[in-house]
Amino acid sequence: MSTTVLLAVTGLGLGALYFLVAAGLSLIFGLMDVLNFAHGALLSVGAYATWWAAGGHLPGAGSGGFGFVLAVCFGTAVGTVAAVVLELALIRPLYDRPREQVLATVGVGLAVPALLSAIWGPDARPFPGPAALSGTFGLLGARIPVNRLVLIGAAAVVLVALRLFLGGTRHGLVVRAGVEDRAMVTALGIDVRRAFTLVFAIGGAAAALGGALGGLYYGSVDPGQGTSLLIFAFVVVVIGGTFGAGGSGAATGSVAGAALAAVVVGLVQQFANYYTASGLGDLAVVVLLAVLLLLKPGGVTGRLA
Amino acid sequence: MTTATTAREAATGGDVAAPAGSLRRYGRWWPAVALAALLAAPYSSLPLPGLLDGPIGSAGSLQLLALCLVFGALATGYDLLLGRTGLLSFGHALYFAAGSYATELIMVEAGLPFAVAAVLGLCCGIALAAALGSVALRVGGIAFSMVTLAFAQAGSILVERDPGGVTGGEEGRAIPADRLPASLAGIGNTANLYWIALAYLVLTLAVVHWAVRSPTGRVWEGIKENERRVEVLGLRPYGFKLVAFVLAGALAAVGGIVHLLLTGGATPQTTTSDFTLSLLVMVVLGGSGSRWGPLVGGVLYTWADHRLGDLAGSPAVSGLPSFLRVPLSQPLFLLGALFVATVVALPGGLTRLPARLRRR
Repeated sequence: MSTTVLLAVTGLGLGALYFLVAAGLSLIFGLMDVLNFAHGALLSVGAYATWWAAGGHLPGAGSGGFGFVLAVCFGTAVGTVAAVVLELALIRPLYDRPREQVLATVGVGLAVPALLSAIWGPDARPFPGPAALSGTFGLLGARIPVNRLVLIGAAAVVLVALRLFLGGTRHGLVVRAGVEDRAMVTALGIDVRRAFTLVFAIGGAAAALGGALGGLYYGSVDPGQGTSLLIFAFVVVVIGGTFGAGGSGAATGSVAGAALAAVVVGLVQQFANYYTASGLGDLAVVVLLAVLLLLKPGGVTGRLA
Repeated sequence: MTTATTAREAATGGDVAAPAGSLRRYGRWWPAVALAALLAAPYSSLPLPGLLDGPIGSAGSLQLLALCLVFGALATGYDLLLGRTGLLSFGHALYFAAGSYATELIMVEAGLPFAVAAVLGLCCGIALAAALGSVALRVGGIAFSMVTLAFAQAGSILVERDPGGVTGGEEGRAIPADRLPASLAGIGNTANLYWIALAYLVLTLAVVHWAVRSPTGRVWEGIKENERRVEVLGLRPYGFKLVAFVLAGALAAVGGIVHLLLTGGATPQTTTSDFTLSLLVMVVLGGSGSRWGPLVGGVLYTWADHRLGDLAGSPAVSGLPSFLRVPLSQPLFLLGALFVATVVALPGGLTRLPARLRRR
């Protein structure tokens, strides 16, 4: 029983991390048809910025209490700025060449981790976290690390915030309409490109937050972390696309679908890795991606939901 | 390279007084001249300071040159999908690794001679490409890219987790030296491996050249331009795409076998999605869809990946201020940045650069 509870909470924590990456990825893909291979790099940027700030380089920030909150905010802000710069500098000039957009993000996805490892070395660095978050607590007989709860809480907050933003604000309305039918939104005289930058900023913020909290989850940061999470985030986006169909509107549907898919993927991975051979969970999830795409190719071509 | 100059002199020196037109006519023969120069490279002791560590004919330089040729050829084969048929596959590493791992396994575990193992390894690569390609090509566009990515990732996880101790996990599998023919083992025989790499390059260039000019190649071009129109003309793109996929997979499997010989083992790095992405970078850097572009990109990428790290340790670079020195010490950062610059500013890649400059 205690093992099951531990696996379930850890799986949920992993799912929360996947959701933070996949939420932005699926919004970007839904709105702009850009498969953002640089999203893992954004996560790494957020993780390293938080690590740098929590290490005492940023005045006021530190590894404990309010200082750590400040460090996470700093990391998220840096990731957001990086995403906006990426969109303005590379994605926008290639607006009429969709394949080149994907290639440019591939290049960024290669260059940024290389730059990080050039500056701070290729090895994993221990991630400083507040003492309050490094302990465990008891739940139904299992000792569960507190940082799992932090991840789950952050993902829930991001999910609610995204739904409120998409459902309750004018910018959210433009994004939703753009996911549904971009040409029509443009024809109505709305500058949909401003929504592109906005969606990149949101996606970058969520991914960087994921990187900052992922540092807690893994206990360390290394340059390749984001890239290895990216493939599972792709899986979540695709599965979320098939879940989200029939929901209330494409954009909100894809975000809710991504949340559900992230939970499923995280749980499947944890349980399969524990109860069957190690690595089989990862394998199962990746094969699931191929099978779903083959059965429902519409899940990823163009509109997501 | 001494042979290159003498060969070029022999080609042009016959009629020095001839007008520029005949020079241009002889200019068409530059691939033959380059091939002769490459063939003779092991006999040359010319040092290329900066470019290579030691004279051309030394074992270390030949090894690097051979790697450059292998990756140039591999990129050329990958471009059969990307630049000729318009298929963006993220799983090409799988077929390369299949050729290399299957050959090693058959040779060491089944105890067959290298030549037999290589043929069987190639067959494994072709079978895998045919099986997975026939499934993946059921979907198009970005879904195809992601299905190939998923397959390759599954292969990579399998190799890393080392089921039953077959793949050697993160260590990979090394060939015991006594299992190889005597002429291919040992550092003294690097020249032979170099010639094998060169033969693989020539084979790939010939196959790609022949294939894109065949009737099937014309259909590939049509599929790349507009798949719907090919269908309207009464052809089924699926079969043609599968032929391209299997042919590219077969060429990659041969490359895997050559790489296995060259590095003395199969490594799990060749199964990762990063490996496929580096192929993508090579092709686009050099120029996708052109005859020499992927080759140029592959050679440049491999050279930079191996040599820039050494250059970063040289006194000229280590004396620079840290904001310049740090990025220069990471070849992948420079290559990634160069790649992004190429994608944004230079559609058509580096091989298109001279023509663009001439038009100015």
